[in-house]
Amino acid sequence: MPDFKDRDLIVRYSANQRTNHWIVAITFILLALSGLALFHPAFYWLTNLFGGGQWTRILHPWIGVVMFVSFVIFAATMWRSNLMDKRDWQWVKQSRDVVNKREDRVPESGKYNGGQKLLYFLQIILLLGLIITGIIMWRQYFWAFFPIGVIRVASLLHAFFAFVLICAIIIHIYAGLWVKGSVRAMTRGTVTPGWAWKHHRAWWRSLRDQRRRSTDTPIE
Amino acid sequence: MALQSLDIQRRSATTVQPPIIRTPATNSGVAKLIDTSKCIGCKACQVACMEWNDTRDVIGSNVGIYDNPMDLTSESWTLMRFAEYENPNGNLEWLIRKDGCMHCEDPGCLKACPAPGAIVQYTNGIVDFHQENCIGCGYCITGCPFDIPRVSPADNRVYKCTLCSDRVAVGQEPACVKTCPTGAIVFGTKEDMILHAQGRIEDLNSRGFDNAGLYDPPGVGGTHVMYVLHHADQPGLYSGLPEDPQISPSVSLWKGLTKPIAVGIMALTALTGLFHYIRVGPNEVSEEDERRAREDDYA
Repeated sequence: MPDFKDRDLIVRYSANQRTNHWIVAITFILLALSGLALFHPAFYWLTNLFGGGQWTRILHPWIGVVMFVSFVIFAATMWRSNLMDKRDWQWVKQSRDVVNKREDRVPESGKYNGGQKLLYFLQIILLLGLIITGIIMWRQYFWAFFPIGVIRVASLLHAFFAFVLICAIIIHIYAGLWVKGSVRAMTRGTVTPGWAWKHHRAWWRSLRDQRRRSTDTPIE
Repeated sequence: MALQSLDIQRRSATTVQPPIIRTPATNSGVAKLIDTSKCIGCKACQVACMEWNDTRDVIGSNVGIYDNPMDLTSESWTLMRFAEYENPNGNLEWLIRKDGCMHCEDPGCLKACPAPGAIVQYTNGIVDFHQENCIGCGYCITGCPFDIPRVSPADNRVYKCTLCSDRVAVGQEPACVKTCPTGAIVFGTKEDMILHAQGRIEDLNSRGFDNAGLYDPPGVGGTHVMYVLHHADQPGLYSGLPEDPQISPSVSLWKGLTKPIAVGIMALTALTGLFHYIRVGPNEVSEEDERRAREDDYA
């Protein structure tokens, strides 16, 4: 990799966005571990990470509230750049090309590609489903508000939403690791021009045009 | 093996068979039979239960009906429920039912419980909670078709009738049975209790209760607490005793197929990532990409 002068790097995420992302990420990991512990006996030992079964039961819903609130803030800041357009649907249709590294054949992406945008909306649906069913299941404070039939369906749905979310996040994490140069966007906030040009060319171009308009000269 | 049990038929959140070698010769286990036609509603069973198990519920207030307390609680594991039924002849029937855990052969509470060993079913059929393993999630309440377990606000652990498993283990009958002054509650092997019930049902038939029968609902595999009902065709008359109780399909799905399938798919998703990386390799930005990005910048 060539050396980059700081001014060449492109800012993708602000310090606030990165902080927000990692709060969501950490709470997600804690929720997945404690949730799996209560979902399948094979994972019950994970309750030890939280101070035992009672503590796992006490903490899980509170961590869920933190995740939901921080996710809502995070998602709100990037709503506009995640709206799907025709280009993105074409990208999704050609996802076979994407996973086989034939990205040059698919339409250019904006700040987010079709897959990221679909994941974004999937997460919104799942998080809403999880917080609603989670509150219904939160016996200590909410047992009196819901009939047993509702609690039963909510318990099943909570497990289902969580299962889909875990699979989605495994894909999200893998995508970040697979596409080299992505992790630094969320750790240091910047990406290289080549990364932006290769993976999000429409975004890269709009940034270039913006810069040209403001300085009226290309960067050196 | 000094302190361990060898008679555990099922154990919550456990995927292998717990020690089961000590199985009673009567293969259907024990049962308590409650004859609603002999019950006089004296509540001696409630007192005996409190006394033996050393629980003291808060003193409630009279709301104008006989039920006291108004509902099962973590301290009141059994409760007389009084129903006034006007039969088709226009006569009043006072249907009194001693409510409490039914000790299902297929216990929904145990199926739903996520904490290993918080709920066990002994080989004699008794379903017992081990509160030291209980995490207070209340899934057992979600799983129970009879609305029996109650979370204690004092310690966030769930309590219910134990069928006096401690007494039964040393050859005694449950405290409620011991104290019942009319013999409305009897205890023995399930076979004997079914036989006893048949005699009672014949007697009730001869007294004009044509629909008298035994309540041993098959939807939960039968129960180890059974009722003789004068109106076995309408169990709902007895303060909402369920007609055909079974573990809710939501709970069965949640605690059945969902668990292995979901875990399998999650593992497969992760493995797919691993093998994708192994086969396709990382998606890298080349020097060429960086150069073309720079060129485009000047373009």
